[in-house]
Amino acid sequence: MSQLSPYTKVRGGRKAAVGNVGRPSVAWALPGIVFFALFAIVPLAIAVYLSFCHWDGLNSPTPVGTDNWTRLFKDPEFRQAAWLSLLLTTVSWAFQTPVALLLGVWAAGRQRSRTFLSAVFFIPLLLSTTAIAMLFHALLDPNFGVIKQIGPWFGIDPNIMGSSTGALLTVAFVGGWQFMPFHTLIYQGGARQIPEVLYQAAAIDGAGMLRQFFHITLPQLRNTITTSSVLMIVGSLTYFDTVLIMTKGGPGTDTTILPYLMYRTGFQTYDLGYAAAIATALVIVATGLSLILVRFSGFGSMRSTREGM
Amino acid sequence: MVMAGLLAGCGSDSGSGGGGGGTLTAYVYGDDAVKIQEAAVKEFNKTSDVKVKLVPVPGTDYVNKLRSAMGSPSAPDIFYNWGGGSIKPYVDAEQVVDLTSTIKNDPTLKDGFLPSIVEAGSLDGKMYGVPMRGMQPVMLFYNKTLFAQNKLRPPRTWEDMQKAITVFKGKGITPFALGGSDKWPELMWMEYLLDRIGGPEVFRKIQGGDSSGWGDPAVLKSARTVKELVDGGAFGKNFNSVDYGNGGAPTLLNKGKAAMHLMGSWEYSTQLGKAPAFARKDLGWTAFPTVAGGVGDPADVVGNPTNYWSVNTRTKHKDAAIAFLKTMAAKSYSKALVDNGDIPTTSDAASTLDSSPNPQFAHDQYSMVQKAPSFTLSWDQALESQIATPLLTEISKLFAGKSTPEQFVAAMKAVK
Repeated sequence: MSQLSPYTKVRGGRKAAVGNVGRPSVAWALPGIVFFALFAIVPLAIAVYLSFCHWDGLNSPTPVGTDNWTRLFKDPEFRQAAWLSLLLTTVSWAFQTPVALLLGVWAAGRQRSRTFLSAVFFIPLLLSTTAIAMLFHALLDPNFGVIKQIGPWFGIDPNIMGSSTGALLTVAFVGGWQFMPFHTLIYQGGARQIPEVLYQAAAIDGAGMLRQFFHITLPQLRNTITTSSVLMIVGSLTYFDTVLIMTKGGPGTDTTILPYLMYRTGFQTYDLGYAAAIATALVIVATGLSLILVRFSGFGSMRSTREGM
Repeated sequence: MVMAGLLAGCGSDSGSGGGGGGTLTAYVYGDDAVKIQEAAVKEFNKTSDVKVKLVPVPGTDYVNKLRSAMGSPSAPDIFYNWGGGSIKPYVDAEQVVDLTSTIKNDPTLKDGFLPSIVEAGSLDGKMYGVPMRGMQPVMLFYNKTLFAQNKLRPPRTWEDMQKAITVFKGKGITPFALGGSDKWPELMWMEYLLDRIGGPEVFRKIQGGDSSGWGDPAVLKSARTVKELVDGGAFGKNFNSVDYGNGGAPTLLNKGKAAMHLMGSWEYSTQLGKAPAFARKDLGWTAFPTVAGGVGDPADVVGNPTNYWSVNTRTKHKDAAIAFLKTMAAKSYSKALVDNGDIPTTSDAASTLDSSPNPQFAHDQYSMVQKAPSFTLSWDQALESQIATPLLTEISKLFAGKSTPEQFVAAMKAVK
């Protein structure tokens, strides 16, 4: 504990040094602010406004008060879509995080083959979602796809996309396949930041691989896990293209997640006011979830993991 | 309404630019057949002061693009559509020119097209469109070899069909290919079943805006028949993950894995593209069979009668637009359609059909439509999108076994 006071002093000193250099003027942020306002804040405000209107996209929007919102809370289809979105998000998170974490930690090593393999892992992220969805769609075709041949070996019914659970799991899997490399990269970066000395000290104390992983790597990656999880959750909540191409919300409505319901309501039914309400609800849920995650993980206070050493 | 009024005041953007008499912008569904419209436009522009500018919009985007364009100041002067509910929002917004008197007073337009086609595209007795492409009735396609091998004849009655289902299932062949993942192929089954069971009036009532029409006993019986077919394995087990769009269902038919396929007449050209030898030798077609106890006329047809050109009320060159629409009745135009494999809806088309890539198919199709007492427009085009979209969802739930026929009826009655 005695190190605590010198440590705080150092920190204060660092701050002073930053002050001396002088912070960049606000003007530098201006282009960013302008674009953000123009392409994020303004459309969001319009969407919120539209959620209080009836609009068919042809005539002018007519304000209808809270009609769309009362309908939203009573709509069984919305409730189902919200539940499916949460389910998809949970499944995606639970499936992607451990794999990405382990791959990332492994890829943080320094052997030459790992650099090469990390590059290979990264390829799915470079492909467009549309291409990936079409590829998997073809692979999973129950009559002519690979699944027809190899599915039975593993006791899998080739009609995966035609079953409710199968379709949702497929959507989660395809999304995971595409975005896992990205999260692997984040974890790889995070793991590389962990000081070697911690492992050396642990090795001297006789800690094995597993203990090192659970007592050094995992705690040190705490903020990385939060970052990756927030991105993953927001990503899964706004998941759309894969559903559009692979399942079209079906079978029945079993993969009609919120963004797809919004698309269907807005651009197929042309009920743009109600679609705006769904979109706004989605923004609220996504923002809420990220805030909760950031708060409970202690990420909000921006404590650096490195300072703990 | 307000916005439409304001925009009308501003005039159409597309009217400006271009030399001399001005320009008419025409939106068209951008597929292979566009070349025929391109040729017609070129021909028309030779003699007209007002030039037509054709804008082909890639197929899948067409409806959305038209919708946003019609709500904006740069709306097209002439636009391609499916008649019926597909133009209802524009009619309600007073954006479509009522062509009723124009058509009735003009001999070229009045007698130029098959009456059932012109009628199918009209709305509340008013005509808003001039036919401009081939007809697309839905037909029952079948694999001739499979039928011959199993000593069956193409089904004309429900008994024939039941027998065929049993025989093919016994041989491990799916009786009907169905692209259930796309939803609209499932709709075709409901359309024909309802027509055969209750006659075309039941749907006409629904199309007229009376949602209680869904409560007609014939609708419930059709939905129950669907359930019987699904449960009886008529579509195989995995139709929910089969597409039409990427060729899943057509391939089942041409590989002999499925015996029949209920599909629009474009199935012929689809098969010709995918499996030319099969299309020429083994592909048969017939009308949808009768249904036991049904009151509908077995000669009735469902599908897309054709596509139509409609004129935007905001156009600056209405007369030139109508002059252009008249060229759709020209013999040279219908000849061009025939050469492309389409069957024109002009009343004199029969004489041109011999130059079709498959005259037999062309003649059969033409006489099927010509003799049809009723041609019901595909429901998803006939109804406005706020009913058509939930309809497709409910149909998909019914086929997927996620709802009962009773729930289907209740859900559709509740859609407003």
